[in-house]
Amino acid sequence: MAAQPEFKQQPGDIKNIIEHKKQRNSLASASEKLIPTILFIIASISILTTAGIVVTLLTETIAFFQQVPFGEFFTGKILKPLSQNPEFGILPLINGTIISSLIAIIIAGPIGIMTAVYLSEYASERVRKILKPLLEILAGIPTIVYGFFAFTFVTPILREIIPGMGATNILSPGLVMGVMIIPMIASLSEDALISVPNSMREGALAMGATKLETTFRVVIPAALSGIIASFVLGISRAIGETMIVTIASGSSKNFTFDVTQSMQTMTAYIVEVAGGDAPAGSTIYYSLYAVAMTLFIFTLLMNVLARYVSRRFREEY
Amino acid sequence: MLKYIDQADVQKRMNYRIWKNSLCKALFLFAAMFGLIVLAILLVRVFFQGVNWIDMEFIASKLSTNADRAGIMGAILGTFWLMVVVIPATLIIGIGTAIYLELYAKKGRMQALVQTNIANLAGVPSIVYGLLGLTVFVRAMDFGNIVLAGGLTLSLLVLPIVIVAAQEAIRSLPQHLSEASYGMGATKWQTVKNVVLPAALPSILTGSILAFSRAIGETAPLTVIGIPALLIPFPGGIMDTFTVLPMQIYYWTLDSSLVAEYANLAAATIVVLLLMLFILNFIAVLIRNKFQKRY
Repeated sequence: MAAQPEFKQQPGDIKNIIEHKKQRNSLASASEKLIPTILFIIASISILTTAGIVVTLLTETIAFFQQVPFGEFFTGKILKPLSQNPEFGILPLINGTIISSLIAIIIAGPIGIMTAVYLSEYASERVRKILKPLLEILAGIPTIVYGFFAFTFVTPILREIIPGMGATNILSPGLVMGVMIIPMIASLSEDALISVPNSMREGALAMGATKLETTFRVVIPAALSGIIASFVLGISRAIGETMIVTIASGSSKNFTFDVTQSMQTMTAYIVEVAGGDAPAGSTIYYSLYAVAMTLFIFTLLMNVLARYVSRRFREEY
Repeated sequence: MLKYIDQADVQKRMNYRIWKNSLCKALFLFAAMFGLIVLAILLVRVFFQGVNWIDMEFIASKLSTNADRAGIMGAILGTFWLMVVVIPATLIIGIGTAIYLELYAKKGRMQALVQTNIANLAGVPSIVYGLLGLTVFVRAMDFGNIVLAGGLTLSLLVLPIVIVAAQEAIRSLPQHLSEASYGMGATKWQTVKNVVLPAALPSILTGSILAFSRAIGETAPLTVIGIPALLIPFPGGIMDTFTVLPMQIYYWTLDSSLVAEYANLAAATIVVLLLMLFILNFIAVLIRNKFQKRY
């Protein structure tokens, strides 16, 4: 190894060494000052993203409401963007969105929480270690695959069972969305259940309660805030879900409660309009943003609510 | 006292309660298996529907309206170029943000604001990111529907996952690692660069790979940006128009009511896509197991 110049220096050259060190240190301290600034700029991108979303949605939505009255949009039961006399009522889309999300949560809620109870209260450590990652696979499957599954497998089966069911309907994507959000609800609820301290379970068991009674009278009430939050997040996820409903629920803008009918959700409308050639500046084009804004506010409120519930009603032990 | 207790009645009730417990245990087990059963049906069905269509010709050919000659090479190349944009953009922004929040930011209102903001971004529906991409990258910056625009949109979408993963990785490092570095006279950035980042990298990568596999499977934002699916030339760089496997599946599924064979093509594409995702997840697990260190 070649000797470095510093080591050759005589003690008299100590000044040189100090000079050399000073130079290096000033370079280092310059980068020490610069790097926090660079990192700050990088970190602000997430704020910029939010600002970008809000500004784009807001400006185009305002433009939309200059062409379509506020009241007509939010109370109109008819959505006919392409007709001669276009009508822009968002109620059919909200209707479709809520119905599909309700079907999903009716499936995913009970199954998700029962799965969570099994994993946290009944399963042995070994079973848990196998089941959990397997369930996570379910969450990692792209939603387009679920869409394909709903359209080519679930819908034909439902049509066999229920006469008069359309090739596109809201029931099939709702059910499949339910399966999609099971792992999410299960894993969040399980987190809530597991964080209930063991001393509470042991207290109930010592009183002679069975595991079932302990779970339903002690553990679940104690973890209720977390469980409710997981439901709310699940619904929010179903509201924002796009590809399953786009493929399997069709594009009829029906305002109905009949789940065998084709209905359109807010997300599916966005795909339909953005995918078609809506000329920039037309009312249809602006309606895209007005619907997206409504969707954004819906999911934002749900997410804030979930965080509020889990924080406000958390029991501290 | 004991003579007032009807032993037979107690016994009966206890049996009932224990029986109920066992019944519910079976019910809960079934619920836990329900998702897996559906998953198994889905995978088996897609596999058998699609596997016959997968051969070298299907992998290597161009798209075609003729089902017999259609292939997915264009979509595979599109995914490759998309990742060329997504991976560096997400890693740099994600890790940078995490380092700033965990190590540089003062604990205060600003930091709390950024943190809340990231949590909210994670809950924004992916299709809204599509509109952001359409407005900002495709229209305002006038990129058109090229790889760069799609890649940046997807980067923003998966960014919260990477930031949170990186933050947790940095936070879980023991204090004495960086203290030792400071004790040796290292500056803050030297400590971050030489001690904190290398130690946190395996778990950051595990989280990031999951984010990338999310980006590979994402469809909704790309439909909004206006990614075409049929008959476009192979993309050769990040400035070309492109398509990806999920878009292929989308169009073939929609058109399967017109041409029945398209459903098989969609299934075959799903098999390829899922295979890619499973390999990625497997790599993530390998990294996690190999580098799982306890300090």
